[in-house]
Amino acid sequence: MSDREITYAEALREAMREEMRKDSRVFLFGEDIGIYGGAFGVTQGLIEEFGPERVIDTPISEIAIIGGATGAALVGMRPVAEIMFFDFMTIGSDQLVNQAAKIHFMFGGKAKVPMVVRSPAGSGTGAAGHHSGSLESWFAHIPGLKVVAPSTPYDAKGLLKSAIRDDNPVVFVEHKLLYKTKGQVPEEEYYIPIGEAEVKREGKEVTVVGYSIIVPRALEASQILAREGIEVEVIDIKSLRPLDTETIARSVKKTNRVLVGYEPPRFGGFGAEVAAWIAEELFDYLDAPVVRLGGEEMPPPYNPNLERKIVPQVEDIVREIKKLVG
Amino acid sequence: MLSLEDKLEMYRKMYLIRTFEERAEELYMEGKIWGTFHLYVGEEAVAVGACSALRPDDYITSTHRGHGHCIAKGADVNRMMAELFAKDTGYSHGLGGSMHIADVDKGNLGATGIVGSGIPIATGAALGCKLQKNNKVVLCFFGDGAANTGAFHESVNMAAAFRLPVVFVCENNMYAMSFSVKKAFAIADISERALGYGIPGAGVDGNNVLEMYEATQVAVERARRGEGPTFLEARTYRWKGHSKSDAQAYRTKEEVREWKEKCPIKFLGGHLKEEGVKEAELESIRKKVEAEIEEAVEFALKSPEPTLEEARRMVYV
Repeated sequence: MSDREITYAEALREAMREEMRKDSRVFLFGEDIGIYGGAFGVTQGLIEEFGPERVIDTPISEIAIIGGATGAALVGMRPVAEIMFFDFMTIGSDQLVNQAAKIHFMFGGKAKVPMVVRSPAGSGTGAAGHHSGSLESWFAHIPGLKVVAPSTPYDAKGLLKSAIRDDNPVVFVEHKLLYKTKGQVPEEEYYIPIGEAEVKREGKEVTVVGYSIIVPRALEASQILAREGIEVEVIDIKSLRPLDTETIARSVKKTNRVLVGYEPPRFGGFGAEVAAWIAEELFDYLDAPVVRLGGEEMPPPYNPNLERKIVPQVEDIVREIKKLVG
Repeated sequence: MLSLEDKLEMYRKMYLIRTFEERAEELYMEGKIWGTFHLYVGEEAVAVGACSALRPDDYITSTHRGHGHCIAKGADVNRMMAELFAKDTGYSHGLGGSMHIADVDKGNLGATGIVGSGIPIATGAALGCKLQKNNKVVLCFFGDGAANTGAFHESVNMAAAFRLPVVFVCENNMYAMSFSVKKAFAIADISERALGYGIPGAGVDGNNVLEMYEATQVAVERARRGEGPTFLEARTYRWKGHSKSDAQAYRTKEEVREWKEKCPIKFLGGHLKEEGVKEAELESIRKKVEAEIEEAVEFALKSPEPTLEEARRMVYV
């Protein structure tokens, strides 16, 4: 692999730049993505290269952004919409859930909606109740949508390129705390298939299944636990839907113990789906009930100490794994 | 008719907003306040002029740039500052932060982080007032950006059709984050929108607190008579960046400088002097305000943090 290191945000930008250079149907659509460069700077410099016809600043109109992307996709474009904060996805959700997700099916396969909706999710920046949401579980529930949530710059680039190439609507979840994280990313083009999980660390005693911000936290927890002789296997599912159950199954058959980690509230979250699937399909392989380590049942609080406490941190993963193997 | 005392009180409130915002910004730079916030500096006349036309028990809804509305409606700056410090003594017990300060006892139904989301709530509050026949009016603040949301259209139409007692005050500070109103609208004046809803609309100099007061007064009286909503477009300017992470590449320093010359506080100070108020009196008001803000900072610093147990109790009633 190339030894060039770039940030997660830069990797996303590179994915969009490469796809826009290759395919004139690809354009960007969202609030403050032009000269401002996006609320988190992800699209910085793209308006200079591609101009305002392909990097389109919109009014504050999430319904028209997601619905507009849907309509443009319907007539042959490949829009990449940005919703400034994941919480604002709720505003445009009618267009995403009732239209984009269902059009191919409802129209009997006669039309398709190749679009990506990118959006920063997650807490940890003190942005409180309306700017810290992790609503990916909602969208993973919708047949017709794909939901991708990469954890590294390498995955971010390869998966966003695949998402832009995908003929289905893809929700692309970007955790805010990952934007500035660095990692090796090749300068050349590559695609990572949507729906393939990856074993990010091999271990034999317990499996952690996670995505997005939970993956680096699980890896850090694994290092701490390794010093105590507990070998943890970390699976990054990368996409919530479709879900790569094969990779999960292989690991569970080896370790017989599983912790599913996710930032949103534990109740009704995506981890519950993973836990239920494991319980149904791999019951005989389990030495202990599957543990769900999710967030607290509350909106994101502003106070920094509380904000940190309500989502799984490294120390929470270490503690729960010790209980699981103990 | 505004008395001299009324105008001096307006001056005090505008300066209180200005000082609160500038002190909060300093504290943020010093790392004592975290997260982000949206400063109201330069727009003080809109909130103070509009809220001065309300009765104490009337309601307002606010925005992400809400500190000014809150102070104009009579909030306690100690509790506001404590909220920015994420302390238990803050308006939201440190759980909401800058974008979610509400002062329900004073009729402030809260700030919001979702642009446009206060407009349906104001409409609903006005519906509640109408059903309760309590003769109260709701004043709904929102920005130029919010005027392009679906929530705006649905709500203004409903309020107009139902003749609800609400006044829509669009604070046109010329930019929705980085997006200029010149690019975001195909009409010259946002107030033209009123025509399409069948309600009166007017553009107001949002840096002139007296004009702001008078226009709101007319709209509030109309609402109280049961004749329905009014749409006011208050033209003003945001001196600071959108939030605490804005390089402001989308506007020129020249433009900012020109607007700073139209400072709403300086304007009212000039007017008061024409009415015979001495500079020493204005200075004494300013000194008192500055001391009040320093006390608020002390109060916030000394206050305890909220606990997780308390936060858990807040999720449900």
